[in-house]
Amino acid sequence: MPRNKGTETMTVTRRTLLAAAGTLAAPALVRAQGSAPIRIGEINSYTAVPAFTLPYRNGWQLAVEQVNAAGGVLGRKIEVVSRDDAGKPQDAIRLAGELVNEQKVDLLSGGFLSNVGLALSDYAKQNKKLFIAGEPLTDALVWSDGHRYCYRLRPSTYMQAAMLVDDAAKLPAKRWATVAPNYEYGQSAVKWFKLLLAKKRPDVTFIGEQWPALGKIDAGATVAALEAAKPDNIFNVTFGGDLTNFVRAGNTRGLFEKRGVVSVLTGEPEYLEPLGEETPTGWIVTGYPVESVINTTNTAFIAAYKARFKEMPKMGSVVGFALITSIVAGIAKTGAVDTEKMADSFAGASFDTPFGRAMWRKQDHQGTLGTYVGKTAVKDGHGVMVDWRYVDGAGALPTDAEVAKLRQG
Amino acid sequence: MDFVVVQALTGLAGASSLFLVAAGLTVIFGVTRVVNFAHGSLYMLGAYIGWSILTRLPRDPAWFAAGVLLAALATAALGALLEMGLLRRIYRAPELLQLLATFGVVLMVQDAALYLWGPDELTLPRPPWLRGFVAVAGSRFPLFDLVLIGVGPLVLGLLWLLLARTRFGVLLRAATQDREMVAALGVDQTVLFTVVFALGAGLAGLGGVLSLPDGSANLHIDLDVITDAFVVVVVGGMGSLPGAFLAALLIGELQAFGIVLLPKITLVLVFLVMAVVLVFRPHGLLGRPQAVARGAAEALALVRPAVPALRWLGLAVLALALAAPLFAGPYLLSVLTEMLVAVLFAASLHFMMGPGGMASFGHAAWFGIGAYAAALATHALAAPMPAGLLLAPLAAGAC
Repeated sequence: MPRNKGTETMTVTRRTLLAAAGTLAAPALVRAQGSAPIRIGEINSYTAVPAFTLPYRNGWQLAVEQVNAAGGVLGRKIEVVSRDDAGKPQDAIRLAGELVNEQKVDLLSGGFLSNVGLALSDYAKQNKKLFIAGEPLTDALVWSDGHRYCYRLRPSTYMQAAMLVDDAAKLPAKRWATVAPNYEYGQSAVKWFKLLLAKKRPDVTFIGEQWPALGKIDAGATVAALEAAKPDNIFNVTFGGDLTNFVRAGNTRGLFEKRGVVSVLTGEPEYLEPLGEETPTGWIVTGYPVESVINTTNTAFIAAYKARFKEMPKMGSVVGFALITSIVAGIAKTGAVDTEKMADSFAGASFDTPFGRAMWRKQDHQGTLGTYVGKTAVKDGHGVMVDWRYVDGAGALPTDAEVAKLRQG
Repeated sequence: MDFVVVQALTGLAGASSLFLVAAGLTVIFGVTRVVNFAHGSLYMLGAYIGWSILTRLPRDPAWFAAGVLLAALATAALGALLEMGLLRRIYRAPELLQLLATFGVVLMVQDAALYLWGPDELTLPRPPWLRGFVAVAGSRFPLFDLVLIGVGPLVLGLLWLLLARTRFGVLLRAATQDREMVAALGVDQTVLFTVVFALGAGLAGLGGVLSLPDGSANLHIDLDVITDAFVVVVVGGMGSLPGAFLAALLIGELQAFGIVLLPKITLVLVFLVMAVVLVFRPHGLLGRPQAVARGAAEALALVRPAVPALRWLGLAVLALALAAPLFAGPYLLSVLTEMLVAVLFAASLHFMMGPGGMASFGHAAWFGIGAYAAALATHALAAPMPAGLLLAPLAAGAC
């Protein structure tokens, strides 16, 4: 008996063990796919452009925390694996390879500089992996070099120019001069502004242009050269340190007095704050008036951001935040993290941003996130945006036929 | 005509700013023969330190001048520390190694500045006198630019007095011409080098803090300023102060008028000037051929025989590398490929600089031409990769 019982016990035990192993193993497999975090690869120029990327990182961190606190997406948490490309396309490509092959991320995102964004987009195209560009503004990303694996969130140089042109066309005077950094972004912004303004106002002429090297503006000489051309209005594309130098030289030499100035991105806190009490008044700009925008989405965003980081958000914070919400909405709409399915089904997904609701366009994978257009002013020694209005990105794009033509290259 | 006067004055102000940075660089090079890539970082530190000091001082001209001097002195002190802590140890090292070490300093200073002052651009609020202007030929010309126009020649004059009229200056000039001889005569080079480096750093700091009223302290100015400073030093003649002044004048004025005639010339103008000057005067405007350093290493053999252990190690590594595709994942393979590319490039540079004896900063251009040739061949001509690989060295060699 004991012996018999013993064997029986043995058998039972072995079976139970096997069975137990089986039941334990099977759900583990399911769990690995079903509830492990979705991994988002993120690459940006953290050390090269900290003024933008540090608020940007805060932005996406806040969004990740909010998404996970609400239960994640498809029942899974999300996780961002972040890398620093130091502003170099070749580093970005290598890191993209590391994220995809070693970290097994489900998709790639990020970018600040246009050339880095284009390099990452090319990697995505060749390796058939989804890339969601946040900040790079070049039109090529979704038009001439666009492809099914690349989406871009922010309003492009075309859209920025288009948003400003309505107000620029209302300026009565006709003689314009332009000043822009001498590389892809500056050249493309000037090209579109000239084209779009000429359509609305065939009577305007462009009589002068200045192309300072990025980061090396010779502000005194540039201002004197513009002054000598005697324009009625000026279109400015310089930003960052160049803009500060340009504004200071222009203020001293009286370049902006009695002249209309239209300026891209100057209303963003990153660029407006350094101008301080010297902020020129009455410039027509695109930007982000931060706490003066009082509505449910922006007010909630600012409150959460301030509670988490003890400072006001900047434009970068909005881009980082919206990047995550746009990806999460795309994944939720797709119902899976399969690259081919996501590449198709991100298009048409709509998502919440601090600026309100936006969506991914089907025709060129451009996001419809807009921006604020307003005028600069000085309040208590700080530069601010006044008389602003929100311009939806969807309204600042060319017709579908034109987009189709541009996308062919 | 009025415009010409205003633009010429603007060019002079630009020239003064250029000269302040280049003067320090050329003084340091003249004596120590160190190509100090971190000079832009000292300029940036001058701007940041100046911001920290000037924002705490009353905003009238006397306090401003005191703050500027204090910032320059602080930068000079940092320069002395840098010389004692790092450069003193590498004077005997090859030039490229010194360049690498000072480039390391650039990265460290950038991190330190980000940590201490944060990522945002810092601007100095301008009191009315700093925004003031005078009417010149019917246009407004900034008062501060007039000050700058004066500072350049003033600094040149003071440096000239220091060099021509003091014992320190005599030693300095002697060391510039022949530092081995000065050492042989019993002059303590250690102190001399530290003082010279501090002087150069102080000039960079002065340039940095004086850039504040027209601009800002930010994390990009170090590298933005260093290329122009190098060009001025090379055009003027390495180690020549009057040469640097002349070169700064030339570049400042060409810049001011060049952008009026050809607005898109901004990217290439300074390099164009350098190329033209060097064609006619290979040692720069007022430069002299460098004294040949005695005991310089003779040309090395391209390949030296290795000890047996190293050979076996090399063979093992080679075998491992050959087998890598069998066991390494895609990422490890891509890293190994990059390592191989770096090894190839380093070997080619060694070929030029070691046995060839030519220090070439333009070597990367051939690297780029090869890459473009291979990429264009595969993209545009739909050539297979092996054909592209073959074409790359041919194209680079032909160029």
